[in-house]
Amino acid sequence: MNTSLLMFLVFIAITLAITGWASRRTRTTAEFYSAGRTITGFQNGWAVAGDYMSAASFLGIAGLIAFYGYDGFMYSVGWLVAYLTVLLLVAEPLRNTGKFTMADVLAFRLRSPAVRSVAAVSTLTVSLFYMIAQMVGAGSLVSLLIPGIGFNTAIVMVGVLMLVYVIFGGMLATTWVQIVKAVLLMSGTILLSVLVMSRFGFSLGAFFDAVAGVQGSFCAAGTPQAGVCPDGTAAVVRDFTQPGLYYHGKYGALGLVSLGVALIFGTAGLPHILVRFYTVPSAQAARTSVVWAMILIGSFYVMTTFLGFGAATLVGKANIGVVRDGAVTPNQNLAAPLLAQEVGGEIFLSFVAAIAFATILAVVAGLTIASSSAFAHDVWFSVVKKGVEDEREQVLVARIAAGVIGALAIGLAISLRTLNVAFLVGLAFAVAASANVPAILLTLYWRRFNTTGMVTGMVVGLVSSVVLIILSPAVMGVDAPGAAVRHLIQAEPLFPLDNPALVSAPLGFLAAVVGSLLTRDPAAEEAYSELNVRANTGLGAV
Amino acid sequence: MPDAAPPPPAAHPPPRDDWAAIEADPAFRELVAAKRRFIVPATVFFIVYYFALPVLVGYFPGVMDNDVVGNVNLAYLFALSQFFMAWAVMWLYVRRARKFDAIERRIVERYGQGGEG
Repeated sequence: MNTSLLMFLVFIAITLAITGWASRRTRTTAEFYSAGRTITGFQNGWAVAGDYMSAASFLGIAGLIAFYGYDGFMYSVGWLVAYLTVLLLVAEPLRNTGKFTMADVLAFRLRSPAVRSVAAVSTLTVSLFYMIAQMVGAGSLVSLLIPGIGFNTAIVMVGVLMLVYVIFGGMLATTWVQIVKAVLLMSGTILLSVLVMSRFGFSLGAFFDAVAGVQGSFCAAGTPQAGVCPDGTAAVVRDFTQPGLYYHGKYGALGLVSLGVALIFGTAGLPHILVRFYTVPSAQAARTSVVWAMILIGSFYVMTTFLGFGAATLVGKANIGVVRDGAVTPNQNLAAPLLAQEVGGEIFLSFVAAIAFATILAVVAGLTIASSSAFAHDVWFSVVKKGVEDEREQVLVARIAAGVIGALAIGLAISLRTLNVAFLVGLAFAVAASANVPAILLTLYWRRFNTTGMVTGMVVGLVSSVVLIILSPAVMGVDAPGAAVRHLIQAEPLFPLDNPALVSAPLGFLAAVVGSLLTRDPAAEEAYSELNVRANTGLGAV
Repeated sequence: MPDAAPPPPAAHPPPRDDWAAIEADPAFRELVAAKRRFIVPATVFFIVYYFALPVLVGYFPGVMDNDVVGNVNLAYLFALSQFFMAWAVMWLYVRRARKFDAIERRIVERYGQGGEG
């Protein structure tokens, strides 16, 4: 039997056992959405880290560094610093004032159903983009490592498994699956880093000398062929320790800044991360979870240096991909698995592949529970049922919603299989930074904020980030004749930046402020006193 | 027989009406001021420190290319320093937050009884 398959099966068996245990403890809404608020700060720190270290982190960053050197490391930095926004501004007040979903905080003093509906749409948009990205990654990975399982079968498999976790085990199962996976991912990454460094006699100097020996090149326009650009000039050559291999040219620096905006502000608006803070009993425990998450996430991202540069030096960019008939089709997502094979052989490759698979499964489950809660709690309970509580019905609706969202994600992932995975995650972060974060920050810290401001801000942030992505080089571009089609729209891009956050986040913020200033809502301003006291003291927190 | 039906369970306790009074309490104002004194400068600092990285790397790649030790350049060391910056701000915040918790306990002791639980 294929060792990868065997390890996948072991992981699946463990997680199903967890789900069986959790399902007996999941009946009420608080249990389904928030694991009955019984998770400790330390446990939740692992779960937050698990939710955050997705396929994009493990496979994606390793791949970016292996292909573009230093520039790929920018993701690692931004994704950790982002947690300062969560720690200082969002986690504790959110825990004190909310109950189950991101919209709880927004609807606190803006009691209009419109607020919940818009927030639910935004939650579903962010989560769905994120989810599709993970599932497309799972599809390529599984179909590659277990010959005989096709892309579509792999996606359906991932989809069905995560639905089992969510529907039967609720947040409790999802949290423990996340913790198991985070422990696996951390140990795998540490082992991989040690094995890489052993090849350099554990000398950082020797390691960086090797990295500086790897070179890449780029042109002002087009891709270089044997060191010559399409316009006849010589390509610019940089070694892998130098910045610029990914972000260069006229808009390179601006692109880096824009990515930074999406990364460090977007995290505080990711619904599947925010709902984790409801699983702990208090704001102090929420603080402890961010601290543990930052220690784990930071250590992991520092180690992406060894993963990415290790793959660049030991495997080599030219060999990272799928080998068919002696030719290599490049695939960045395979940098980490192939590095594992190089330093640890077939067994270690299987182990790392199983970790990647576990990562994707767990993150998809976390996203599903966040979006099904948004539908059941914000749309069904608060808007359709006008707040009339029926716990059993609400849990049932949440389970059905999880099924529908899961089916939707499976369908979309199969039809969008050719799409660039990083672009989907980038979209999720940009939407979160532009639509969710301005509304969350303003409702917590600005008394004058009101319903009109929240709705205009969210709609402007959501629409502008999605539209700008469609007009950006991620979607628009002219592929060379005969080359693989990489762009959905074959035309020159109308917006120069890969990531729109530099423009769309200020737009969303501005729209929220202007919308608030144009209208007055004395009730919302009066209710700010309650929000302010509860956010800061935890009085009346559930 | 609608009037025979039991009252719906109290999902939300009755709202208390003294939020504005708590907001005006000196202890609460002390709490908010103490938080603001730490959080505002810390937030400004980490945003400035973080964005210095993409700006320097993007606009002054020549400067950032300079090697510091062996083949390890300024760009990598500055990026690495961001991790330690984040952990340092985190540690300072956690230390300071014990003070916030102490003030918070005083407020909760005074207002925690009665009203909303």
